[in-house]
Amino acid sequence: MTEKRIIDVDYSQVDTERMRINMGPQHPSTHGVLRLEVEVDGEIVTDVVPHIGYLHRCFEKACEKMSYPQVIPFIDRMDYIASMNNELPYVVGMEKLMGINVPDRIQLIRMAFAELNRIANHQLAVATFGLDAGAFTPFLYLFRDREMILNLFEKASGGRLLYNYFWIGGLMHDVPPTFKQECLNIISTVRKTNEEVMNLLIGNSIFIERTINVGILPADVAVNFGVSGPVLRGSGLNYDLRRSEPYLLYDKFDFDVVVGKGEMGTLGDCWDRNIVRMREMEESCKIIEQIIANFPDESSDVRALVPRRVKPPKGEIYSKAENPKGELGFYIVSDGTVNPYRMRARATSFVNLSVLPEISKGYMIADLIMILGSLDIVLGEIDR
Amino acid sequence: MTANEIYEKLKSEFGDEIISLTEDAANEAFIVVKPQRIVEICLVLRDDPNFKFDYMANLTGMDYPNNLTVVYHLYSIPLNHRIVLKVELNKENPSVESVEKVWKTANWHEREAYDMFGIIFENHPFLVRILTPYDWEGHPLRKDYKEPETYHGVKIAY
Repeated sequence: MTEKRIIDVDYSQVDTERMRINMGPQHPSTHGVLRLEVEVDGEIVTDVVPHIGYLHRCFEKACEKMSYPQVIPFIDRMDYIASMNNELPYVVGMEKLMGINVPDRIQLIRMAFAELNRIANHQLAVATFGLDAGAFTPFLYLFRDREMILNLFEKASGGRLLYNYFWIGGLMHDVPPTFKQECLNIISTVRKTNEEVMNLLIGNSIFIERTINVGILPADVAVNFGVSGPVLRGSGLNYDLRRSEPYLLYDKFDFDVVVGKGEMGTLGDCWDRNIVRMREMEESCKIIEQIIANFPDESSDVRALVPRRVKPPKGEIYSKAENPKGELGFYIVSDGTVNPYRMRARATSFVNLSVLPEISKGYMIADLIMILGSLDIVLGEIDR
Repeated sequence: MTANEIYEKLKSEFGDEIISLTEDAANEAFIVVKPQRIVEICLVLRDDPNFKFDYMANLTGMDYPNNLTVVYHLYSIPLNHRIVLKVELNKENPSVESVEKVWKTANWHEREAYDMFGIIFENHPFLVRILTPYDWEGHPLRKDYKEPETYHGVKIAY
């Protein structure tokens, strides 16, 4: 029997070489065409430089040649996971600019669809985040349920991902007759599956080990980088535009702003950002329940206030709303003609991605994938 | 704080640097300032306990017939108020000091404004194009921009 030898290596003395490697643009873990130029020391990430713009299609320039209603389908194609939410700040801003007051029923429909789309977005975010960690089953469960929401959207607007449903002054069509019942079905299914996913994925010790104490984003750094949405709330900061500057009828509804608490690891790590999304689905369910309880039975003409010719007076507005991913803003400058003089989209994912180099230094390459997944980016919105 | 109070307070501190306040029904209130001391103004806006504008929501360029304008949309999370700053630059030499050291958000937003409008942000750590390719010519969001016909010898279809 040979004697057990203990080999003592001082790893600080091991000679390593820094090298720069490219991840992407065609990389499965980057959630789209994103290229990350990573400088690594062994397996430790020492620097990350994101290169974006592979999907750039000059959204802002193209809008200057379009009429205002034509812009809406183009906005759908920014964050194609949550198109309903994308349209919201634009139509609300345009209505403010033109002085249109939309009746409560239409506002309730808008809120219901925005919250349903928030659930669909978070389902996809949690599912793909689980996939990054190697969990395949929750992905299938969540996509199965997301289908119910997309089917309802299809009945209302004809589209499954790109809706063109919110119009300036109203909606494209009224909701389908089965709207209330379908919403209730969706809520009960989402709650049931979420409970399952909590046991299967969020509480799974492999998943916890992969996500805690990784990519820690302190609240003050987050604010300085301008991140918003679940990424900011995951750092423990209570900031939600639905509460701080309510639009539509959010001020009359009862829901909590979910913040990360650092339950498993450190405050602001990947696990916290993910749990905020899980719990926000429940809050959205609560809002939809209240909408259904207050929803008027009689139908109305949802196009009654849609202007024939959208020609806002001279002026400018920065209209913003709480998207599933964070603050989406549209800076609309009108010169009194039928085309916008300038349309600026403050893309949520663009700002949220800019924090990646700050929070991924010093972690392993495998952790970089988890950090990127926890930011929940959509390249269509970043590149515009 | 209302826009008027912010304007009065800035005016008492910076005097002539602060040009005008526009507050009417058609616009959100905005303050036009001179470009020379923009970083000092932004630092006061961020650190003064009455302002606490810790969150930069948006930064963008604008191409007006007479000037290029940089627009800063600021928000304060603890005090829940907003203000818009505008800096007007001449078209021949559009340059302004970078506010990247005040709000890190400005880093990518300024790169985008440089990419799209050709506004130079001085002392920016890494001022290169961000959305268009690194060797692209011209600044697409300028009103007088002409679309190139070829890129690397390949005809561009519109």
